[in-house]
Amino acid sequence: MSAAAALALQGIRGVCLALPVLAAAVLAGAMIGETPLAPDLVLSVLANKLAGAGLPVDPVDQGIVWSYRLPRALVAAACGAALAVAGVVLQALLRNALADPYILGISAGASTGAVAVTIAGLGGGALSLSFGAFNGALLAFGFVAILARAAGAGGNRAAAAQIVLAGIAGSQLFNALTAFIIAKSANADQARGIMFWLMGNLSGVRWTDVWLAVPLALAGWIICRFHARALDAFTFGADSAASLGIPVRRVQVVLIFATALMTAVMVSIVGSIGFVGLVIPHAARFLVGPGHRRLMPAAALTGAVFLIAADIVSRIIIPGQVLPIGVVTALIGAPSFAVILVRGQRAAR
Amino acid sequence: MKIEARNLSFAVRGKTLLQDVSLSVEPGETLALVGPNGSGKSTLMRLLSGIARPTQGQVLLANKPLAQLTRRQIAQRIAIVEQQAETAERITARSVVELGRTPWLTALNPWSGDDTALVDKALGTVEMESFALREWSTLSGGERQRLHIARALAQRPGLLLLDEPTNHLDIHHQLSILNCIRNLKVTSVVALHDLNQALTCDKVAVLSHGRLAAFGAPEQALAPETVSDIFGIRARWVRDAEGADPFLSFQLT
Repeated sequence: MSAAAALALQGIRGVCLALPVLAAAVLAGAMIGETPLAPDLVLSVLANKLAGAGLPVDPVDQGIVWSYRLPRALVAAACGAALAVAGVVLQALLRNALADPYILGISAGASTGAVAVTIAGLGGGALSLSFGAFNGALLAFGFVAILARAAGAGGNRAAAAQIVLAGIAGSQLFNALTAFIIAKSANADQARGIMFWLMGNLSGVRWTDVWLAVPLALAGWIICRFHARALDAFTFGADSAASLGIPVRRVQVVLIFATALMTAVMVSIVGSIGFVGLVIPHAARFLVGPGHRRLMPAAALTGAVFLIAADIVSRIIIPGQVLPIGVVTALIGAPSFAVILVRGQRAAR
Repeated sequence: MKIEARNLSFAVRGKTLLQDVSLSVEPGETLALVGPNGSGKSTLMRLLSGIARPTQGQVLLANKPLAQLTRRQIAQRIAIVEQQAETAERITARSVVELGRTPWLTALNPWSGDDTALVDKALGTVEMESFALREWSTLSGGERQRLHIARALAQRPGLLLLDEPTNHLDIHHQLSILNCIRNLKVTSVVALHDLNQALTCDKVAVLSHGRLAAFGAPEQALAPETVSDIFGIRARWVRDAEGADPFLSFQLT
């Protein structure tokens, strides 16, 4: 068998393994909610909408499934996968177990952009919250990147630490700006609304968001997966990666920009959902080991399924009310991660 | 593979770390690089490996300027064993050695049986076969260093650069690793602190304040006068009762 064929086979096997799991999770996302719907009803809606089957379905149920729950589940999947993969990449690249997608200042910048539009009234009402959040995220990331570059004159060896420090400085600055704008011009209702958005909110998600989030998550995943071997080479640091033939600076720039863009778009659609980008990579590492060729797909799948599940819980746990998904990810995620951590330690002994 | 440094100088933020260093190592030879702390050994290593670019001068690998090769091409020719490269990843001994195959793998030329065989062979050379499945964090300093050497060997380099490979090792492991390096048919440059170990190499280069103070056959380059002067001590040749080769003995002046 030729090498290329072996590679293709490996890819196909991966897809065959991942797709059913993902499909089941999305199906569950469409079924479970305040009005529970049967799986055959969800499938009928899909048949009607995708293949024009014309099966008899209550239009209200059809609306719930097609316009509300499905886009929500798909965006949750894309967002969970993107954040988890961004976390894997940044943890490997910066050699820092505490790195997450927000370490580059993106979440802080997004919140500043969001309050600048919604509370300070930037753009005179013509701009949307996600537009403000996206641009704020890019602005903050630009600030962090320039700061890291200006500080990182020492070359590869110091670069990782400089990026982390620049990210912390950038996050502090933009968080302070957000607090300043809220303190200066927001009323209590606006402040509460912003707080809800910051902790993650999938309520406003529609199909247009799906067409943005899903292709972006896929493209980002492919770029990161392509660099899996390069990320393995960073195990012993940037100098060691260079000595293994990795063009370190180019790989750093490509991957950091790819993860920053993925994260900025996801944050602008759903707010800054914490925990996923930090903890899912660690959980996936416990499951499949530190090799990035297996870790990347495992983290993407785990992140996608985890966020769909968290969204379901956020919708049903308090009747008549939707909890911010960030609250759920942390409330479920933290204890389950603690269990994995303790078990993993025992297994290692 | 022959390596040659021509008038290498290196400066960072106006501070000169290395000035006008020229030397060459013939194929199959082992060169020991010695000098006090901060004399520029590691800097010279970084320049020879192409990780840092010289401010002036050039490095020639098999008579070809290093600057003309891509990172991947360099990695297919030069392997480096750094001082104390560490990781917190829960990686196995075997996968550390597998990293050595990185420069030879592409999307269209993925891992094959040849790569597995080379990794097995490299593990065998450093006598670490039985440790293959052990996790990195459970290994001793000597075992980790031997794995780094195996990783470098799995790269199938024409030139091996080792930065103080015997640091932190007990005397048995120091001697066995040096023996292992000398017996390789690969051209090697080894930074060393132990001058008597340097004596056993084919050539010795002595660095002092970023300049090449002596270069040549070990007995000449490490003449007691030179050593005394550079390290600020008193060195002399000593011969033991068994009449083996003389070695250096040191005293503070």
